[in-house]
Amino acid sequence: MVNSCAVLHSCLERIERLNSKINAFVHFEKENPLGQKGTRPIAIKDNISVKDELTTCASKILEGYRPPYDATVIKKLKEKGYILMGKTNMDEFAFGSSCETSCYGPVRNPWDLKRIPGGSSGGSAAAVAADLVPMALGSDTGGSIRQPAALSGVVGMKPTYGRVSRYGLIAFASSLDQIGPITSNVADCAELLGVISGYDGLDSTSADIPVPDYTKALVKNIKGMKIGVPKEYFPEDGLDKDVKEALLEAKNIFKGLEASLVEISLPHTKYAVSCYYIIAPAEASSNLARYDGVQYGLREEAVRMVDMYAKTRTAGFGEEAKRRILLGTYALSSGYYEAYYLKAMRVRTMIKNDFSEAFKSCDVILTPTSPTPAFKIGERADDPLKMYLSDIFTIPANLAGIPGISIPCGFSGNNLPIGLQLLGKPFEEETLIRLAYAFEQNTEFHKRKPNL
Amino acid sequence: MSDKKIIDKDTVLRVARLSRLILSDKELSQYSGQLGAILEYIDQLNEIDTRNTPPTSHPLSNLKNVFREDRVKGSLSPADVLRNAPRKKENFFSVPRVIE
Amino acid sequence: MKAYETVIGLEVHAQLATESKVFCGCSTKFAQAPNASTCPVCLGLPGALPVLNKKAFSLAVKTALALDCKIETLIKFDRKNYYYPDLPKNYQISQYDRPLGRDGFSEVFIKGEKKRIGIKRVHLEEDAGKLVHSPGKDTSLVDFNRTGCPLLEIVSEPDMREPLEAYEYLVAIKAILRYLGVSDCNMEEGSLRCDANISVRQKGEKRLGVKAEVKNMNSFKAVKEALVYESKRHREALENGDRILQETRLWNADKGITISMRSKEEAEDYRYFPEPDLVPFTVEKEKIEEIKKCLPELPKAKKDRIARDYKLNEYDAGLLVREVEIADFFEAASKSCGKPKQVANWLLGDISAFLNAAGIPIGKAALKPEHLAQLVSLIESGRISGKIAKEILPNVINKGISPAEIVKNENLSQIQDGKKLSVVIEKVIAENEKSVKDYKGGKEEAIRFLVGQAMKATGGKANPQKVNELLKEKLKG
Repeated sequence: MVNSCAVLHSCLERIERLNSKINAFVHFEKENPLGQKGTRPIAIKDNISVKDELTTCASKILEGYRPPYDATVIKKLKEKGYILMGKTNMDEFAFGSSCETSCYGPVRNPWDLKRIPGGSSGGSAAAVAADLVPMALGSDTGGSIRQPAALSGVVGMKPTYGRVSRYGLIAFASSLDQIGPITSNVADCAELLGVISGYDGLDSTSADIPVPDYTKALVKNIKGMKIGVPKEYFPEDGLDKDVKEALLEAKNIFKGLEASLVEISLPHTKYAVSCYYIIAPAEASSNLARYDGVQYGLREEAVRMVDMYAKTRTAGFGEEAKRRILLGTYALSSGYYEAYYLKAMRVRTMIKNDFSEAFKSCDVILTPTSPTPAFKIGERADDPLKMYLSDIFTIPANLAGIPGISIPCGFSGNNLPIGLQLLGKPFEEETLIRLAYAFEQNTEFHKRKPNL
Repeated sequence: MSDKKIIDKDTVLRVARLSRLILSDKELSQYSGQLGAILEYIDQLNEIDTRNTPPTSHPLSNLKNVFREDRVKGSLSPADVLRNAPRKKENFFSVPRVIE
Repeated sequence: MKAYETVIGLEVHAQLATESKVFCGCSTKFAQAPNASTCPVCLGLPGALPVLNKKAFSLAVKTALALDCKIETLIKFDRKNYYYPDLPKNYQISQYDRPLGRDGFSEVFIKGEKKRIGIKRVHLEEDAGKLVHSPGKDTSLVDFNRTGCPLLEIVSEPDMREPLEAYEYLVAIKAILRYLGVSDCNMEEGSLRCDANISVRQKGEKRLGVKAEVKNMNSFKAVKEALVYESKRHREALENGDRILQETRLWNADKGITISMRSKEEAEDYRYFPEPDLVPFTVEKEKIEEIKKCLPELPKAKKDRIARDYKLNEYDAGLLVREVEIADFFEAASKSCGKPKQVANWLLGDISAFLNAAGIPIGKAALKPEHLAQLVSLIESGRISGKIAKEILPNVINKGISPAEIVKNENLSQIQDGKKLSVVIEKVIAENEKSVKDYKGGKEEAIRFLVGQAMKATGGKANPQKVNELLKEKLKG
């Protein structure tokens, strides 16, 4: 049976024509989508397990790995008539904000092929931006859905921690990871979020809280809603001029929709990157210990077991993965645990408390998603710290576990997309969708398409 | 932590061994420098007094006592268990001899 | 030699008796093909997540309470990170700084003296898989069936001072686990394992000596032997002024020695941190009280009660309660015949010896308490001799035929009838003139030979006391 759905065939045609330009899909076989039933094509980030399909986290160490099981989100998509188009490129193990660390080579931003699409879900964001698919799944540990959505000019949401099951999502940092939708518009985001959300008995950290019909939040009226604007997210320096202007304009649009803007403060924001770069690598160093050549993936033979481990891991992991493994191992190692990991967990509490406090005076928080639009491939490759610091606006939501959405809110002088971020109270994704939808329906940014 | 120096090469080597990673001399210098810069930045956390703040290891602080019932569910078929194995023998995974 | 003191602490691992593994739905019964009882979770496949088995948790809490531990108010799990091919994630989900129970104790009797052994902590963790090494091959084979089975680790304080105490402690812990029904405690099958920490110091010294961790003992007896060996090795080293290394040593049961494991390049650094894939756990105060109330009678309480109610000495009572089945058997048989002392003697003597030799646990034997009660009654009423009782015992134990029936069928009742016995005795006197002469000449002990001849002539059925009386009477004249 060959699926004759028109949307599917249009996607196939575009993938065939454009994927080689942007390198969004890394595992794709035309026959596979054609053999599936359903009407909604969707792309899946390469760190989400799909039974029998290559799932490699864009890492050489998972070369050839085909999981014997479906992630919970994949089961849900299959039940609801989605066509799985293939697996999208990403930063290796989601370590990065540019998709430059993939073992399959970098993803190119559909708006400017010399530039990065953002990361780590850059393949998913680029695929949606280039209309290869109408929607995709990404994962977000420190901004990996929202930042590429902003830099590629699409909609991306990181749900509340526990909203979507992590079962089958190949872990980066277990206490921060969350799967979420990347779509070309807010309505699709609402629909897809509804499909993938919900309690899962296979994930101890999934929340047993009913899933509302998110499409009911697709209303244009946001009159009287309170939008908090944190001063720490609008620094005098460190914010690109075009981004600053686009955000200023966005504030005006919200005001025009009769929402009220209130200034708020999230005082521990400046510690978020430090806190994150202890917790995330620490958890990652442990999560990635299993890649050792015994059960699956790459294996470099050796006579002694210890050498097999080391040779395999040395050959299989890329530079950024190794950097994070070293950093995380160091932070957990004896003598440093209290100074680093325990300290970071305490600071995490403070960052979380900042948000609880702020949400007493507003319904949502408005910030830029990224301090700059997309940068050029290779531009920041030599300075990991600088790269890490660019995630300053997205990281706090992961530390606090709260939901966030990025939507298009403008373009830079050189026609690069700019995104705004809305952060919400735990499990209040509806509020984010409502504001995002109202903004989208009153602006034209989402209608502009890259010229490919 | 006040007298903490930028991470030295011996420490990076020790951490690499713990991580089962082999570093070339060039990588060792590079990672030592980069980790040093990152750790120096992270040192800013010491500005904050966290003595009275409990740690958060998990964002959903109210979530407790999540169990499953003691019921046997199906296991994978041996073919599924072993199909990704780089080396196997019969129904076992095969590894270099582990000396005890 | 100076006066030395041995210090021993034990780590016991007991596999909890659950149907499914601790974090997934795979069966814990795996006498089947390698890797046949595995799934994405216990294989640690990328993306799979653990969910705690409720029964494993409650069995662990129950055990901790039975060992008089305090239950932690906020119980959490941690990852213990180390590389080993039997550990699929290269970390073990265990408990570090908030074990579910701590500060408990167990009591042992050493040479009639009661001694309290502290329990430092009780925690729940997942088991590792098994490695198969074929001799001469350059590979090892990995089977993950055991991976993820629920293990309870019970860590004692370094309170034991000699190998015998360690042995008695293990017996006591095993008894408690069996009473609770939380573990099969089968050391051969690995559902109960024990590692020991041992050090030796000069008497009076407060600090502990350099310790050795001893592994690979697969019976309580092996634990005792390994500790005796190590204790001696440490003393000799101290005496000779040799340096003792802190190391792990393996017990070699065939050679009766411990062997140092290849020394590690550096000390392990397990990098414990809270397991982010699991949430914390709590047990409400009321629930703790409820569990405590529902605990079965434990060995110590049972021993005290049995000693008191059945008027046995503490030693015998202590032996009876080591296995709950034996204690129950004892009580049932004693109630039925009203002769507890005799029941205990049979149970701890001939019956235990027979069952142990045959390798049959009492619960599986055909022997029932009413059989033993009947046997004791038959002896007490003089219907059979102790000797006959011993002879028919194997049939009672193996086939479960009642003693009365065997006695009847095989015509084994004691001959008490004076007339019948007189005939036999006269014959014996006639055939053993020398002994008769000796006896009459004052050699009292000659009578014993004559009694023996009479017993022989009746196939052991004569009542020996009666024969003795009749003989003396006849020889008087």
